[in-house]
Order: sequence, then C-alpha cells, then structure tokens
Amino acid sequence: MLKYLLKRFFWMIPLLVGISLISFMIMHLAPGDITSSEASFNPKASEESRQKLRELYSLDKPVIVQYSLWMKRMATLNFGTSFASHQRPVFWQTKDKDGNVTLGMIQEALPITLLINVLSLILIIAIALPLGVISALKQNQLADRVITLFVFIGFAIPGFWLALMLMYWTGVQHNWLPISGLQSLGHEHLHWLGKTLDTLKHLALPVFISAITGLAGIALFVRNGMLEVLHQDYITTARSKGLNEHRVVYGHALRNALLPLITIFGLSIPGLIGGSVIAESIFAIPGMGKLFYDAVLMRDFPVIMGILTIGALLTLIGNLVADVAYAWADPRVRRGVMQ
Amino acid sequence: MKHALRNPLALIGFSIIAAILLLALIAPWIAPYDPNAINVKAILLAPETNHWMGTDGLGRDVLSRMLYGGRISLLVGFVAVGIATLIGIVLGAVAGFYRGWVDTVIMRTVDVMLSIPTFFLILAVIAFLTPSIWNIMIVIGLTSWMGVTRLVRAEFLSLRNREFVLAAQALGAKDARLIFTHLLPNSLTPIIVSSILGIASAVLVESGLSFLGLGVQAPQASWGNILTDGKEYIQFAWWLSLFPGLAILLTVLGYNLLGDGLRDAYNPRSNQN
Repeated sequence: MLKYLLKRFFWMIPLLVGISLISFMIMHLAPGDITSSEASFNPKASEESRQKLRELYSLDKPVIVQYSLWMKRMATLNFGTSFASHQRPVFWQTKDKDGNVTLGMIQEALPITLLINVLSLILIIAIALPLGVISALKQNQLADRVITLFVFIGFAIPGFWLALMLMYWTGVQHNWLPISGLQSLGHEHLHWLGKTLDTLKHLALPVFISAITGLAGIALFVRNGMLEVLHQDYITTARSKGLNEHRVVYGHALRNALLPLITIFGLSIPGLIGGSVIAESIFAIPGMGKLFYDAVLMRDFPVIMGILTIGALLTLIGNLVADVAYAWADPRVRRGVMQ
Repeated sequence: MKHALRNPLALIGFSIIAAILLLALIAPWIAPYDPNAINVKAILLAPETNHWMGTDGLGRDVLSRMLYGGRISLLVGFVAVGIATLIGIVLGAVAGFYRGWVDTVIMRTVDVMLSIPTFFLILAVIAFLTPSIWNIMIVIGLTSWMGVTRLVRAEFLSLRNREFVLAAQALGAKDARLIFTHLLPNSLTPIIVSSILGIASAVLVESGLSFLGLGVQAPQASWGNILTDGKEYIQFAWWLSLFPGLAILLTVLGYNLLGDGLRDAYNPRSNQN
C-alpha cells in the first residue's frame, strides 16, 4: 500500500508542472501583454494599476524568468493581492505590522463551496444510488423506463434555468426559501441552532441545483454497473447455491458495482467546482464560483489565476483521495493486477 | 444509421434535432419580426396572437429572438465540437498509432487539461480575451478535446494489431494509408457518438456563458442571453424564462437521446438481455 501511495503521489508532479504551464499560457493569451488588455476593457485602469500588474508578474523580465517566478508563486501559494478588493490577499490571510489580520479571499470562499459540494454529494448518493439499483433490477420495466427518462432530463436541464425557476417558485411566489446570500438580516442575533438553520435554509436551493445536475450521471452509472455485475459468473454461482435474492443483490452485486463509483466521484470534482460559478452567482453565495465570476467581470487577474490554480490543486487532491480509497477498497488495484 | 433509428429513443432524439435544425435554418423566412427591432409600444407583452412567445423588456418579439438565438446556439455547438473532434482525432491517432514517448506526452497533457475545472478554464480564457461568438466557439473547442483524444487512442490501440491492419502493413502500406483507410474509418462510430454528445454539452456551456453575460453579446440573441433578461423580469414575465430554458432542454435532450441510441445500436452489449 505504501509503495502504491508513493507512486501515486509522485505521479502528481508532472501534472503540477503541466498545470503551471497551461495557466502561464493563459496569462499570456491576451494580445500584447495583459496590462494593455486590462486597459482596453477598463478605461479607468490607471497607469498605476498597470504598473502593479507588471510588477506582480514581472512582465518586464524575460519569459523564462516570468515562468519560474510563476512556478514559485504556485509552489508557495502566494498569488499576490487583489486589484479590485482593496488589496486583499488572494489566497491566505496576512498580518500587517500593527498585527491586524486580513483574511484571504480564497480562504473565506473555499469552505463555503466545499460545504455546498459535500452536501450535494450526500444528496446525490442518497437519491442516485437507489434509483440506479431499482433501474437495474427492473431492467426494461416501467420503473426503469421512468427512471431513464428522469436521467435524460437531468442530463439536459440547464442548471441555471432550473435555479431560476425554483428561485421564482419557492422564493418569490411562495416565500418558502431565501433566494440570495448565506445569512438573513439579524443572523448574528440568533442562537447557534437558529444560525445553523438559517444558513441551511439559504443553502437548500444551491445544494439542490448542484445535486440535480450531477445526479443523472451517477444514477446511470450505478444502473450500468449493477447490470454488468449481475451478469457475471459469481452472481450466478451465488444464486445457484441457493442464496436469497436479497443477499445476492445487496451482499454480492452492489459492493462490486459501487467500487468504480469512488473513481467517478473523484472525476466529478472539477465539474462540481466549475459548476459552482453559475449556482453561486445566481443565489449570491460568496463561494469560489462567485468570487471567480466577479474577478472575471472586473478583470482581477491575481484572483483569476489564484482560483484557477487552487481549483486544479483541489481536483488533483480529490483524484488522489479517490484513487487511494479505491486501492484501499479493492486489493487487486494496489497489488497492480488492475491498472 | 438506419439500424440505430429503429431504437425509439434515438428516433425521438433525431426528430427533435431535425425539427430544431430546420427551424434555425429557415429562421429568416419564418421569423415574424426583426429579432432586434425595439418597439416601445409593446414592452413585456404576454404571449398572444401577434407575439406567440410574448415580448421582452425592449418590446422585441421573443419568438423571433428564439429562432435567431437557435441559429447561434446550434452554430456554436457545431463549430466548437468540430474543433474539439479535429484536435482529438489528430492527437488520439498520433498517440495510439506511434505510441512511445509521443503517446506519453499527449496523454499527460490530457490528464493536465482534465485536472483544471473546465468552466474555470473557459472563464479565465474569456477574461483575457474579449467575449464574442467566435472566441466562445474556439475556447469551448480548445477545452473539450480530451475525451475524443482518449477515445480515438483507445480505438487505435485495439485496432492496431488486428489482422487486417497487420496484413495491410505487410503489403507495404504507408503509415498515412494505414491511418486513413484502415484505422480511422473503423473508429468512426464512437467518434460520431461522442461528437453528438459533445454538441449537447457545448450547447449547455454556451448558454451558461451567455446567461452570465460572458458569451454571445447583446443585441445578438442567444437562448442563454434571452434567459438573462428573463432573470431580470422573472416576477412579471414568465415567458422570457420559460421558452429559452425549454429550448435548451429539448436540444440537449435530443442530442443525448440520439447519441445514446446510436451507441446502443452499434454496441449491442450495452443493452443486452
């Protein structure tokens, strides 16, 4: 296991180098240098802010020096300070000489996005798992057809449209749920339980939206995984030795059908993080997605580059955790039998 | 194709797509109004006989804007997927045919691209360029070729040592001939299936970008930016949000049904029993 872990860990290094290269290329996409493009979007961009950009990314130095400095920024997770938000540090808090702490922008936004995604993953598992299993067990019967239709619609429904409709229906028409932000007015006067409830109410719609858009794929995946496993020899063996169907399905088939799900969850992380942009900007949730969207609108380059990098790092970590969990759950993988 | 259309779901998908494509093609002849004509006397009219889908906040006819917007959404889908498929075929073919270090470099690049959240990547690129329909197509194309690359490479790897390929090689066929007359034609079905499914997600991404104001720019209509107006008027004008959302839903559903049906038709294993 240790050998597998080490191997898997060192495998991330070329990926990190690749990510630094791609993000560096994006920075240099704009015609001319990014200082001139910023100026063209924002006529108010002063010579001073252009100078700041030039300093931040050392744009007057040779490209190779710029790149090594960018690598250093990535390695130390120091993305500088925001242009748009009063010089706030992009990633992590800093202390000035008087001991005042300024919180980092990503530091504040990341836990919110992670919370939404963890909650929506739980919701996805709770709904997609039974749907997929039922669909597989009743293959080609009515229940399967209805669930398949649901899955296809789930694939096709634009998340932002669903968000808009639900916001209108639950928030505007019926006033059941709050439609923006994370806290109601007067939140700070509430008891801790009230605070939790208030936040959960604000999170209900965003979590639901992000779960719905991810649910279809997982349900389909569970269905196909179950079908494949149910047709294998060991299941026939289990049946023929007289095990009842319940044991066969839940004791033998489900376990193996669920294994690849670990990988799928790992792979769905970039989609979930990326998807947070739309849900968070519709519901004005101050997470990574909204932070990123605002940064794009204001051309706040240090924040854009910081979030891009952190998003990629999170994906790598997520995939690492998924692979390790898979190896832990399936001894064949860690012994190198299956790749 | 004929075989595939016997699958009822694929047939439904095909009909939806054909109908939407037709409407988009003949939009200039059937649109009742100029999609950008502002009419201050007809602001936010509910659907009625003169305006089947109502009018928006500037008095523009929503049906006409939907028809023209459909052209944009479908065009973006086609071109973006065209770019992605082309890149994917070239890189996947090179990786699967030559293997060795080229393969390693290409597949590691795929891994790197897959580890950056795609929507972040697209938004970041757009932040550095200006949002326009051409940039959107190129950016979506350049950020969605990884799946096709993996697919083509896998096909090539499995076909590479089949007897008919080895026979052609023994007869002295050059690499280009092997690739273009033997390997590529035999990998076409999965490529087509993945392109069709790719169009579905490109349409979703484009409408999301336009909805956020970072895609197709006003006054040019796209389903996504009609929805942006819809968000603003959601309390008074349900028709502004309902119709573009349904159009996106139907289009994506159609492509997914068609793509899935084709896959089942050519891969009988996936729907056995």
